Amino acid sequence: MIKHESIETNAGLLIVLTLIVISIGGLVEIVPLFFINDTVEEVEGVRPYSALELRGRDIYQREGCYLCHSQMIRPFRDELLRYGHYSLAAESKYDHPFQWGSKRTGPDLARVGNKYSNEWHVAHLVNPRDVVPQSIMPNYPWLLEADLDYSDVQDRMRALKMTGVPYSENQQEFERNVAEFGPAIAEKLDILRAEETLMQQALANDYDGQRSRITEMDALVAYLQVLGTMVDFSKYDEGYFADFR
Amino acid sequence: MAQAGIRSTEQYNYDIVRKFTIMALVWGLLGMTAGVYIASELAWPFLNFDIPEITFGRLRPVHTTLVIFGFGGSALFATSYYVVQRTCQTRLYSDWMATFTFWGWQAAVALGALSYMFGYTQGREYAEFEWPIDLLIAVTWVVYFLLYVQTLRRRSQPHIYVANWFYVAFILATAILHIFNNLAVPVGLFSLKSYSLFSGVQDAMTQWWYGHNAVGFFLTAAFLGMMYYFVPKQAGRPVYSYRLSIVHFWALSFLYMWVGGHHLHWTALPDWTSTLAATFSIMLLLPSWGGMINGIMTLSGAWDKLRTDPIMLFLITSLSFYGMSTFEGPLMSLKSVNALSHYTDWTVGHVHSGALGWVAMVSFGSFYHLIPRLYDTRIYSTRLIYVHFWLATIGILLYITSMWVAGIFQGLMLRSFDDYGNLAYTFVETVAFLHQPYAVRAVGGMFFVAGVVVMAWNVIKTVRRASSEAAELEARIAAKMAGA
Repeated sequence: MIKHESIETNAGLLIVLTLIVISIGGLVEIVPLFFINDTVEEVEGVRPYSALELRGRDIYQREGCYLCHSQMIRPFRDELLRYGHYSLAAESKYDHPFQWGSKRTGPDLARVGNKYSNEWHVAHLVNPRDVVPQSIMPNYPWLLEADLDYSDVQDRMRALKMTGVPYSENQQEFERNVAEFGPAIAEKLDILRAEETLMQQALANDYDGQRSRITEMDALVAYLQVLGTMVDFSKYDEGYFADFR
Repeated sequence: MAQAGIRSTEQYNYDIVRKFTIMALVWGLLGMTAGVYIASELAWPFLNFDIPEITFGRLRPVHTTLVIFGFGGSALFATSYYVVQRTCQTRLYSDWMATFTFWGWQAAVALGALSYMFGYTQGREYAEFEWPIDLLIAVTWVVYFLLYVQTLRRRSQPHIYVANWFYVAFILATAILHIFNNLAVPVGLFSLKSYSLFSGVQDAMTQWWYGHNAVGFFLTAAFLGMMYYFVPKQAGRPVYSYRLSIVHFWALSFLYMWVGGHHLHWTALPDWTSTLAATFSIMLLLPSWGGMINGIMTLSGAWDKLRTDPIMLFLITSLSFYGMSTFEGPLMSLKSVNALSHYTDWTVGHVHSGALGWVAMVSFGSFYHLIPRLYDTRIYSTRLIYVHFWLATIGILLYITSMWVAGIFQGLMLRSFDDYGNLAYTFVETVAFLHQPYAVRAVGGMFFVAGVVVMAWNVIKTVRRASSEAAELEARIAAKMAGA
């Protein structure tokens, strides 16, 4: 049995033992999450963000939305009634970083997609009190004025590809995406055509009500409108997802 | 020149301690003012003024970064450099390394705060620094570690004093957490933007492993190191129990790293992980209170000092808040409590009872002990220390009670149903309810900042007096020399 005195008279020993002691918790709790298959549910429909949605997500982070809005619905009755089905791990498997949040100064946004019209979102973001009188959210009028910068969107998608998001950069990868997500979505995941598909999506949907330009508002609303809409829960039994927990 | 000559031959490098101490106060004042401002934005949203740089979402990371890394970090650099020199009875291993850590750290804090205001953030709480700043921090931290260890190795005492164990654990843990949590792929060499290497559930767990141990090691273990030096020093008594300090040091270091998952109860994190985290959170109560007891009981036999010594008031009150928030923490890590408290202001109140009550109060107490010694003088006004103490205490109490009201009531409102089983309140009705607690919280913050302003005034006057005393002394010596 070593005496504690031998640790406190030897800086090297103190450092080594401390390192061992502080490493165990993280190793036991984090490393298995990468290897246990049940950690992320098997479910259809979850796909990476399109170029426009990705830029919207970047803006969501830039403005610090995650500091007041969570994207993680818990399995409680009130949350089911207020927000919808509880969030799955699979639904954020392409989220680098995750945006689950830790505080709801405003409501959860995990399933805000398709709940409100584009017009509502634009009005709300420009001045929240125009549509929700008691809201304490800041105004974001500049989103409607600033043209979206998508000059580096391909670099952004390439960086995400390096982290494991299945964007495609050659024919083989494109075909893999066609097989997995279908041809329409595979096109949106093609890095080489990113600028083109971004413009297409913005013009086709005209999120911000200004047909002539692509603004930051287009991108942010495109992102908000896709949140929580990828999984069709009617395809699964109630008990199916519980088995993964 | 003459002064520089004297300083370089000093037994200890106090110059670096002075620099970090002053910067801790500067960042503290700025960061806490930012805190009051964002608290006011929640109560009175017009304060966002449609200026992107100062909206809540961009200013909140500025607040957390300035107080945690600017104020807390500088306070830890200052006190760790002071304590390691005093307890090892040796000068810091290298002056340039110390100076390097100073500029590296100050640059990281300043650049971080500015970058959030201009929209560059990793989007992960308390790890918002973008990748170039992360690299700067990593380099600074490695130099800090080497400097600290080399100084320890030069000690003229056989034993490494307990305060240094905590500082060492803090330096090591922070290095590991910082490196693994900030693994990211930059968009380009000339782009500030990067994407986290991990995603979804793994990213969440890594982030909260980091996030809670920023609390555990940055804001707790290291401040316990501070406590283990300054409480016995100020009390003039030895640490209450040597054995307790050993047991709670190892237990604290081991247990803290397991508990981050309690920030992810009821989420898509697997149950096994969050249950494990809750279990360790409850166990963590024991070493936490071990530290509190060891600190407070150091005063046994000298309790009367609480009546006569305002510095002791700061230190002992900080330990009381430490005890309270480390009781509240395990309570909130229980899944049933967390179901209500999570996502609400109860968490915010909990953090601040630790951050204001424990971290800031123990730092203030230590600084009031430290500053007169660094400048070789007496404090300008003891009465102003009392004023600071009461402003701070009133501020904290307003802060945490308003946040209890806000958090618990919002939690209850969100889960209440009417007779037909429908939700009784919409979300925005709970927001409307929060206005009053938010206003009270902002006022509490103003009290706390007012206390720091009083402290800054007191410190400025103390430093001024020290330099006039030094000048006077020099003049007298010169006169004597001339006479002789």
